Amino acid sequence: MLVLEKNALSDEIESFVNQYGNDRASLLQILQAIQRKHKYVSDFAQQEVARLLNIHPVEVYSVITFYSFLCTQPKGRNIVRLCRTISCDMAGKDAVEDAVKRELGISFGETTKDKRITLEYTNCLGMCDQGPAMLVNEKVYTHLDPETAVNILNEIK
Amino acid sequence: MEIEKTNKRTGPVIFSEYSRSEGIKKALEMGREDILFELKGSGLKGRGGAGFPTATKWMLTAAANADKKFIVCNADEGEPGTFKDRILLLEYPHLVFDGMVIAGFTIGAKTGIVYLRGEYEYMLSDLEEYLMKMHQSNLLGKNILGRQGFDFDISIRLGSGAYVCGEETALIESLEGYRGEPRNRPPYPVNTGYMGYPTVVNNVETLASVSHIVVKGGGWFKKHGTDKSTGSKLFSVSGDCNKPGVYELPWGTSVKELLEIVDAKNTKAVQVGGASGTCIPKTQFNRVLAYEDAATGGSIMIFNESRNMLKVLKNFMEFFVEESCGQCTPCRVGNTKLLEGIEKIERREFTFAHINNLKELGRTMQVASKCGLGQSSPNSFISILENFKEEIFHTDGKGQSNGKA
Repeated sequence: MLVLEKNALSDEIESFVNQYGNDRASLLQILQAIQRKHKYVSDFAQQEVARLLNIHPVEVYSVITFYSFLCTQPKGRNIVRLCRTISCDMAGKDAVEDAVKRELGISFGETTKDKRITLEYTNCLGMCDQGPAMLVNEKVYTHLDPETAVNILNEIK
Repeated sequence: MEIEKTNKRTGPVIFSEYSRSEGIKKALEMGREDILFELKGSGLKGRGGAGFPTATKWMLTAAANADKKFIVCNADEGEPGTFKDRILLLEYPHLVFDGMVIAGFTIGAKTGIVYLRGEYEYMLSDLEEYLMKMHQSNLLGKNILGRQGFDFDISIRLGSGAYVCGEETALIESLEGYRGEPRNRPPYPVNTGYMGYPTVVNNVETLASVSHIVVKGGGWFKKHGTDKSTGSKLFSVSGDCNKPGVYELPWGTSVKELLEIVDAKNTKAVQVGGASGTCIPKTQFNRVLAYEDAATGGSIMIFNESRNMLKVLKNFMEFFVEESCGQCTPCRVGNTKLLEGIEKIERREFTFAHINNLKELGRTMQVASKCGLGQSSPNSFISILENFKEEIFHTDGKGQSNGKA
């Protein structure tokens, strides 16, 4: 990482800390803000957060690894999460899953080479009456079929 | 593709007539004692599934002596098959937020926090806009509706994809910036909650019920439902039926009646209470939905004759293996062992001795796990293996009978 990038990231994290507060209770909100922007929380970012909150970096690492929406490794620009709970499963999740894998040429848990999309599973999205459902970043899509799902993925940048 | 919204919902309690801020105005007229009296008279129990009497929770917090108190709205709806809070937050936010303000007034809290699950982030901007409007109408902020000294504010905090954070002490840990690992109870949040202060943690639907109770009275509420389960319940119905969705029905409705309402045909089984609930076979469809019989936080999943119950069970157990926080051994190791057992059944490599050991392990988990997740995760394992043993054990696993036809 370049010094300039490091400085920019430090400034950004400092502004998040100013926004949410520098106490421990703000940790999750700060990490969510970093995750939203960069799609992961790097080692350096973890150390910066720890320094500003005056806690040990391993505390930060421990919190990140607990929550499935936070991660310590880079992901694609868009994170697609397909619901795998039984209601969506019964509504035709498998067909959507296969079509998406075929179209992007990757499996779930992987990222496309151009870093455009990371595919993941998620547990119940609360869309059981309108399944199959998936989240694209924070946006939810319902009543999917193989074709509509693939079209949605092809449209995102 | 977009989320469907219906504004024509009707129901006996939650979806009955209510105009915005009506509950807050009435609460300020009534005063704290009367609100608690009506709440106690209503018999309202927690709608998240555990069913703790709401009035008791509020009274304990109201009686606690502390500089600060908190109201937390548990909007971490994650139980597979549950989506009633989505409907309440998208279509009836006034019921929920009014309930929080009433709670704040009653127990003497100045701060309310909504813990919204990360998966519902798409609701965040609408909800914040609504809170802003409440501020403009002086329904939040300082000296609410002119009542000197009654200050209350609500903020929304997002979760990050952890089912266990729906457990109230795990939720508090998460709000405090820690891993969402449940605490030992006691002490309960009513004494030692958020930041160590007395805290009421209520489900979205519980708070929405409160708004109605304050306006219409505990007696009115109690007229609906059964003796032990008063009022009505929002049921999130999904699976094999023609009309999935959220239904408000009085407690005491039988599984059979519900199946007729949602137009379900050839039903083999109904999972009541989500992955952590129980699976009810066709022979028991006369059982009723109520705290004293088939309790549920709202999730109803319907399976027709074509469904493979072992596959359903495997889906549930995979869920628990992934969502166990890993803190206590019965839950962390137990769920993995149960899943391994299911995989053995799938490969037809099981022995009945082993399966019986696993059921025993499940019963151990029910008493030895630290929180509700591990205490309830063996429910579906035990109920599905017992209620569907013919399908699961007496066949080749593909629905073909071995030996007798």
